[in-house]
Amino acid sequence: MGGLLSVSIGTAAWATIAFLVVAYILKKMAWGPILKSLEERSQGIENALNEAEKARLEMSKLQAGNEQLLREARDERDKILAEAKALKDSIVSEARTKASEESTRLITAARLEIENQKKAAITELKNQVAVLSVDIAEKLTREKLSDGEKQKALNESLIAEIRSN
Amino acid sequence: MKITLKSTYRKAFRGFLATFIAFAFFFSANQTLASGGEEGGKFKAGEMIVHHISDAHSIHFFGPLTLPLPCIVKTDKGFDFFMSSVFMDEHHEMTKTYTSPSTGNTYALHHEQIYVVNGEAHAHDSHSSDTHKEAAHQDHNVHSEAVAVLHDNGTSDTVFVDPIADSLGSGMIAAIEEEEKIMPQEHFSGTPVIDFSITKSVLGMLLMLALVVFIFVKMAKAYEKRKGMAPKGMQNLLEPLVLFIKDEVAIPALGKKRAQKFLPFLLTVFFFIWACNMLGLIPFLGGFNITGTLSITLVLAAIVFIITTINGNAHYWGHIVWPPGVPLPIKFILVPIELLSVFIKPAVLMIRLTANINAGHIIILAFTSLIFIFGEKSQAAGYGVGVFATAFMIFMYFIELLVAFLQAYVFTLLAALYFGDATQEHHHEEAHH
Repeated sequence: MGGLLSVSIGTAAWATIAFLVVAYILKKMAWGPILKSLEERSQGIENALNEAEKARLEMSKLQAGNEQLLREARDERDKILAEAKALKDSIVSEARTKASEESTRLITAARLEIENQKKAAITELKNQVAVLSVDIAEKLTREKLSDGEKQKALNESLIAEIRSN
Repeated sequence: MKITLKSTYRKAFRGFLATFIAFAFFFSANQTLASGGEEGGKFKAGEMIVHHISDAHSIHFFGPLTLPLPCIVKTDKGFDFFMSSVFMDEHHEMTKTYTSPSTGNTYALHHEQIYVVNGEAHAHDSHSSDTHKEAAHQDHNVHSEAVAVLHDNGTSDTVFVDPIADSLGSGMIAAIEEEEKIMPQEHFSGTPVIDFSITKSVLGMLLMLALVVFIFVKMAKAYEKRKGMAPKGMQNLLEPLVLFIKDEVAIPALGKKRAQKFLPFLLTVFFFIWACNMLGLIPFLGGFNITGTLSITLVLAAIVFIITTINGNAHYWGHIVWPPGVPLPIKFILVPIELLSVFIKPAVLMIRLTANINAGHIIILAFTSLIFIFGEKSQAAGYGVGVFATAFMIFMYFIELLVAFLQAYVFTLLAALYFGDATQEHHHEEAHH
């Protein structure tokens, strides 16, 4: 201690003992646990980051799946709609065909009926005419037989009668 | 928001620190004046500076406030234990002698070295030292000043011819050297003891080691208690430093695997040196200069040397004793150099740390002295210089705060590099990369 550059054995001895003891204590009680937990923490952070990355990937995968699902659903809907439309069209056209067929049939039937009625009417008329003709012939025959003149007038009136009929 | 808050705090802290330091210097300047810096009416800057940066047997705070420290000395007659206050006279100077009741030795303190002064009619008084001068002349072992400093190993009967002026070197201010020559040289004779005292530096070292243990054991407990959670409080403050030593010092120098082995030592050394450096910068604490004490840095360097030597592998020693790929004649030159470098490397660690810390303290003290040197000429000049000297000292203080960290870092980094060098494998393959 005499001068600045001298070395004191006592001081050096204290320094050696104290420093080595402290170095040992710190190694056992401080640096060991501190470095261990720092290592563990950095490991933990790394793990967490990896996990997050994995989760992110999974998420994006899931999202892609969702999109796929959505797209499929949309396609399905479109298909169903198209099918429905086609069905509707077919039903409508079918109905239309059926209706037209029905109407044609009805018209045909009506026409047939009219024809039949007409025929019946004509037949009836013919029968009536025949009856009337017979009647007239009968009356005429009776008049003629009684008076010539009268027969003639009768003829005339009968003809007029027929005509008015 | 966080950043602005932080910087506000920092600004406030800086302002506080600067003011505090400025006051500290004015006070410490007063204290140096009162504490023997001035002898015989003349202010001796060299003596004052060396007095302040040298290790001591007591801690002098300011004014008459001095903390005595325990002295443990070993002589041929055995150990003696006493407090350094036994040497203190009524003027708070360490001039008295002390006779131990157990060994019967009489001790005296001279320039912070304890001597046995048995049998010599010894009245330690530097001003009436005629008897000592005679004693010194009769003594055949009169050493030159430099020898006296170097041979301070406690073995021979040494006569001290005030080593202080020389231990500072020739770089001091010319005016001071002149004063030293004018002043009558002080003579003292006695046998140096082997001194195991708890000196100022030893006490500081023990305190700092205790502090480091306290902080880091507590921190380790916090890690165990808050397992897996974010760091908090002290953890937050010191964890970046621990990680800095681990990731920026140990792993680059040693690699991940070998770093595990040396990391506890590197961390201890770093925080110990840093704590000691910082303690030396706290004003009013008696100016600890732990890492400026050669005995302590010597131990640190020696531990680095021992660890390097023990862990040195075949590859390391092979390169030293028989460097490969070098022509034979060159080997004869290279091998001694390599062998020397084994010792030089840790020695450089020691010198760098000691010199840097002492240099910082010397600069600050020199500027303090400047005030008194000019103040002696005229009071106005003293005040005038005082303003500039204080401003410069504040500036130096901030540099010292940086140096305190930097030197701890450099010591740790170089120790890590030496360990890395000693344990390296596949050197040649790595060199190609």
